[in-house]
Amino acid sequence: MKADEIRAMILEVIHEIVPDEDLSNLKGDVRIREQIDMDSMDFLDILMELRKRYGIKVPEEDYMKLSTLNGSVAYLEPLMKNM
Amino acid sequence: MKNSTRIVITGIGLASPNGNNLLEFRQNLLAGKSGVSKIETHYMGEVIAGICRFDPLKYQKKKELRRGTRAGSIAIYCAHEAILDSRLDFASIDKSRVGVYLGITEHGNVETENEIYNIKQYNYDVATWSHHHNPRTVANNPAGEVTMNVGITGPHYTLGAACAAGNIGIIQGLQMLLLGEVDLALGGGVSESPHTFGVFASFKNEGALASHPDPEKACRPFDRDRNGIVVSEGGCICVLERLSDALARNAKIYGEIVGYAVNSDAFDFILPNNQRQAECMHLALKKAGISPREIDIINTHATATREGDKVECKAIREVFGDTTNAYINNTKSYIGHTMGAAGALELVGNLPSFEDHMVHPTINVDNLDPECALKNLVLNKPVKVDKVDYILNTSFGMLGINSVLIVKRYTG
Repeated sequence: MKADEIRAMILEVIHEIVPDEDLSNLKGDVRIREQIDMDSMDFLDILMELRKRYGIKVPEEDYMKLSTLNGSVAYLEPLMKNM
Repeated sequence: MKNSTRIVITGIGLASPNGNNLLEFRQNLLAGKSGVSKIETHYMGEVIAGICRFDPLKYQKKKELRRGTRAGSIAIYCAHEAILDSRLDFASIDKSRVGVYLGITEHGNVETENEIYNIKQYNYDVATWSHHHNPRTVANNPAGEVTMNVGITGPHYTLGAACAAGNIGIIQGLQMLLLGEVDLALGGGVSESPHTFGVFASFKNEGALASHPDPEKACRPFDRDRNGIVVSEGGCICVLERLSDALARNAKIYGEIVGYAVNSDAFDFILPNNQRQAECMHLALKKAGISPREIDIINTHATATREGDKVECKAIREVFGDTTNAYINNTKSYIGHTMGAAGALELVGNLPSFEDHMVHPTINVDNLDPECALKNLVLNKPVKVDKVDYILNTSFGMLGINSVLIVKRYTG
């Protein structure tokens, strides 16, 4: 999966988790939770989707790396390059 | 009796398989319109059930719906509708003095079954078990969801009382008002049971699940050919206030709760007991300070099981004899068994009788079971009566819990 595909996938997952939020102006380099109404349980939902869909298990010490859209893409790209 | 120790119903919100508010519900009860249909459920395939059709997005965001439970969603809808109906200036009310008391038959089965169904798709990897499972399945969930959504900071909890729970939610609200613990109570009950296959499977394997080619005819209390329960979802929440508070704000008063009782059979896990049911009715009548002859309508609990209907009829005969003036009906025949909501929902379906003097019938009785041939049993067609002053509502549940409510027409 390429970077733009991963970004689209993450946005799709976020939309599923917080369907009331407008994601069209989400900035890539700002913490996602600062831009939309999303709490820690929602973040855990995103991780759950990655686990269910792609078998990716993110260790707790890496959670901060997924706090922005750009960070998430950068973190997931090497893990998903063969998917 | 002081007005501050008299408790009245001043608002009603409901979700029933045949109506999303009291007006619609009442119209369909008088028109004989069922709300029972067929649904698909895990493992069981097609089953007969009562499903509500209100718009959950009327009072909830999509995210709340995703995170919460069906029971929570039904309860939130009913709470908002009840508050609106009461015409309370809710924004100005001290929310710490409002209590939420909801009866439930069961809660958490739906959510647990869903998670097990889910992890099966992932080879039972418990890492895919939702972190939402605990907040969804704690027993206070439906009442707690109401407080979060509506912004109530007073006490909230559910009352687990099998199928007697709807009455008991109202009784708890009344008692908390009398104790001075709250100044406004939201009391009633809620059910999400059709979304758990286990409830259907258990009733089926017990020989107590209704079957019929036409789902609308499946629930047939008192009929010779009745064959069991129709599992339904639903909710009903009443705004309860002290009469003094209701009068001070010139509220519409649906009725005054003058009698109530709860007792236990101490007998069997499933089988009902007519002696204890009769005792429960006597206790409620005693609290109301009236004789059985003064009751105008009895809304029966009857769920259309072979044994349950017979036992309840026996209990009613023991209490009311053959000299009763009361007209006897049943509401489950339209909507199935709404479990934790049943007591409250079935009670409020009758409250408009105080004004319109109509008694809705029990429907789907093609051949009356002679053992259920009670005097003044209203069958298949509504009856117009001269007056309705007292309504008695029975609600009984497994493990032998009985509850009775008596509501009086408010006359000052």
